[in-house]
Amino acid sequence: MQKAIYQSVFNNKVLFTFILLILLLAPLFLSDFRLNLLGKFLAFAILAIGLDLLWGYTGVLSLGHGIFFGLGAYCMAMYLKLEATGGKLPDFMTWSGMQELPLIWLPFQYPIVAIILGILLPAAIAFLLGYLTFRNRINGVYFTILSQALVLVVVTLFIGQQNITGGTSGVTNFETFFGFHVNSSSTQTVIYLITVVVLASVFLGCRKLVKGRLGNVLVGVRDGENRMRFLGYNPSNYKTFVYTLSGGLAGLAGMLFVLQVGIISPTMIGIIPSIEMVLWVALGGRGTLIGPVIGAVFVNAAKTGFSESYPEYWTYFLGALFVIVVVFLPKGLMGLVEMIQERRRKVDVKQSGIKESNIKESSSVEVEKNYS
Amino acid sequence: MLKSKKITVDFSGFKAINELDFEVNRNTVHFVIGPNGAGKTTLLDVICGNARVSTGKITFNDKHDLTKMSENEIVDQGISRKFQAPSVFHHLTVYENLEIAMKQKKNLFSIIKANNNQEDERKLEDMLELIGLTEEKDNLAGSLAHGQKQWLEIAMVLMQEPDLVLLDEPIAGMSKSERKKTGELITKVAKERAVLIVEHDMDFVKDYADVVTVMHEGQLLFEGSMEDVQKDSRVREVYLGRKVD
Ligand SMILES: Nc1ncnc2c1ncn2[C@@H]1O[C@H](COP(=O)(O)OP(=O)(O)OP(=O)(O)O)[C@@H](O)[C@H]1O
Ligand SMILES: [Mg+2]
Repeated sequence: MQKAIYQSVFNNKVLFTFILLILLLAPLFLSDFRLNLLGKFLAFAILAIGLDLLWGYTGVLSLGHGIFFGLGAYCMAMYLKLEATGGKLPDFMTWSGMQELPLIWLPFQYPIVAIILGILLPAAIAFLLGYLTFRNRINGVYFTILSQALVLVVVTLFIGQQNITGGTSGVTNFETFFGFHVNSSSTQTVIYLITVVVLASVFLGCRKLVKGRLGNVLVGVRDGENRMRFLGYNPSNYKTFVYTLSGGLAGLAGMLFVLQVGIISPTMIGIIPSIEMVLWVALGGRGTLIGPVIGAVFVNAAKTGFSESYPEYWTYFLGALFVIVVVFLPKGLMGLVEMIQERRRKVDVKQSGIKESNIKESSSVEVEKNYS
Repeated sequence: MLKSKKITVDFSGFKAINELDFEVNRNTVHFVIGPNGAGKTTLLDVICGNARVSTGKITFNDKHDLTKMSENEIVDQGISRKFQAPSVFHHLTVYENLEIAMKQKKNLFSIIKANNNQEDERKLEDMLELIGLTEEKDNLAGSLAHGQKQWLEIAMVLMQEPDLVLLDEPIAGMSKSERKKTGELITKVAKERAVLIVEHDMDFVKDYADVVTVMHEGQLLFEGSMEDVQKDSRVREVYLGRKVD
C-alpha cells in the first residue's frame, strides 16, 4: 500500500521531468548569488541520496559522512589550488616553511586524476572500513559510534598537519578550473548545470538500483539481517557495497561543493556537519530517495535564511527541528505526505462502505483466539 | 542424509545438547519432541549455523562438516530453516518476500542484475497458489494474518528448494483448519526432501510423522514411530506431569 502511494506521486516521470526542467532553467530567473546557493544545496542532495541508500534502505546509520564529503572536497581543492599557484607551493606551505610540494599533492596537478581520486579515495576508505567492521559483525549503534570516531580522528589529523592541509583555515583562493575563471558568472552557471545533471543521474541510477531486487534485499538486511543469512545472503557484502557507494557519492558531492563555494576547511566536514547530513535524510524521509533530496535543500535553505536574519539561533533551530522530526515525524516530510494521502483514501473507503475494516477486524479476532 | 556425531552445545557451562548422535533420512517427515528446554530448538540452531558446537561434527550428504560453515554457506548446501517466531519482511510485499527467498545466486552482482525469467515467475505463482496467497501477493507482508505469515514463511523456506527443511513449531498459533492445511503442505513437500520439525502438538505429530525423536536434557531419549513412542515407559516418565494427549 505504502509503496503504491510513492509510485503514484513521487516516482512519477512527469513530476521528475518537471523538477529537472525548473532546475535547468533556474539560471534564467535566479541571481548569481541565489543560483550559487542552490547549486551548493543540490551538491548536498547528492550526498543525501547516498546516505539514504545506506541508512534508509540498508539500516546502517553513519555519523561520519562529513569525512567522505571532505575527502572529495579536498581532492578538488588541491587541484584548484595548484592551478591557482601555477604548480608552485601554495601560500600556507611557504608560511609553514615547506621547501617543496609534498608527495601526496603531486597527483592533484592533473584535473582528471583529482576528479577520479575525489570519488575513489572516499569510496576506498569506506570500503576498507565497511569490510572490516561489517565482516566482524560490528553493527548498529557500535558502527555508528565508530563512524563518529572516524570523524574525530580525521579532523584532528587535518588540523594537525597544517603544512599539508592548510590546518583550520583549510584550502581556498582558487582562480581557474580547466582554465576557466572559477568565480566568473558563466563558469558558475556551467558548474551549477553540471551539478543538476549529476544529481539527476545519481538519482535515476540509485532509483534503478533500489527498484530492482537489490532494493528488496537491502530492506531485508535492514529489517532482519540475521534472517537474510538464513535465506542464503551474506549481509556484510551488501552493507559494504552500499557504504562504499555512499562514500563515493559523498566525495562527488564534496567536489561540486568546493567548486561552488570556493573553500574547504575542517569545520565543514566535522561532527556537526556530519550530523546535519543525517538530519537532511531524516527530515525528508528515509528510504524514499526523493525525500532526502528535498530534505537537503529545505534544511539548507532554512539555514541560509536563518543565518541571514538571526545567525545566533540556527543551532537552536536545528536542535528543535531534530526533536520535532524524531518525535512527530519519524518518516519525515514524505511520511507527512503519505499520511495525508492515507487519510484521503480512508475517507474514500468510508464512502464506499466499510467492507475493508470489517475483514481486518474478523481476522485479528481469529488470531487472538488462537493465541489463548 | 544428515548425521551428527557426538555433538555438544555448551552455553557457558550448561550443556543444552550433550553428546548427541542423530540422523535424518531422505524423504521422511521427522519430528523432534520433548519437554521444554530439552534442546530441540538448539538442535536446529546448530544444524543451520545459528549456534556453534563445542565438540562433535555434523555432516550433510556424507561430505561437508556444517559446524565449520557460515549460515549462508549452509543454505547453499541445501538446508533451510523456519524460525519459531514468524519473521517475514513486513515492509516487502508477499511477492517480494518470496522473490528474495527464491533459489538463485545470492551474491551482490547477481542480485543487482537479477530479473525473473518465465520459469521463475511460474515458480512464484505456483507457490502463491500452494499457500493460498495469490490474492494477497501485492500486499505488504506486515498486513497478513498470523497464520498467513506462517505460511508465507514456510513458502520462503520452500522457495529455496532445499533438500532438508527445518521447521520450529510451524503450527503454533494456528486454527484447526490452518493446522490441517499446514500438515498437508508438509506431507506434499516431504515427497522430494526431508523435513525436520520441532513440535509440541501431539495430535499433529501423530497425524504426520514418519519418525519421531524424543529429546530430554540435551540427549536422545527414544526414537521410533509415534506408536512406539507412546508405548515407551521412559518417555512417559519424562512427560509425567505433562500430559501426553
Ligand atoms: N543462547 C543461550 N544461552 C544460554 N542458554 C540457552 C541459550 N539458548 C538456549 N539455552 C538453554 O538451553 C536449553 C535448551 O533450549 P532450547 O531452546 O533448545 O529448548 P527447546 O527444547 O526448544 O524448548 P521449548 O520447547 O521451550 O522451545 C534451555 O534450558 C535454554 O534455557
Ligand atoms: Mg524451542
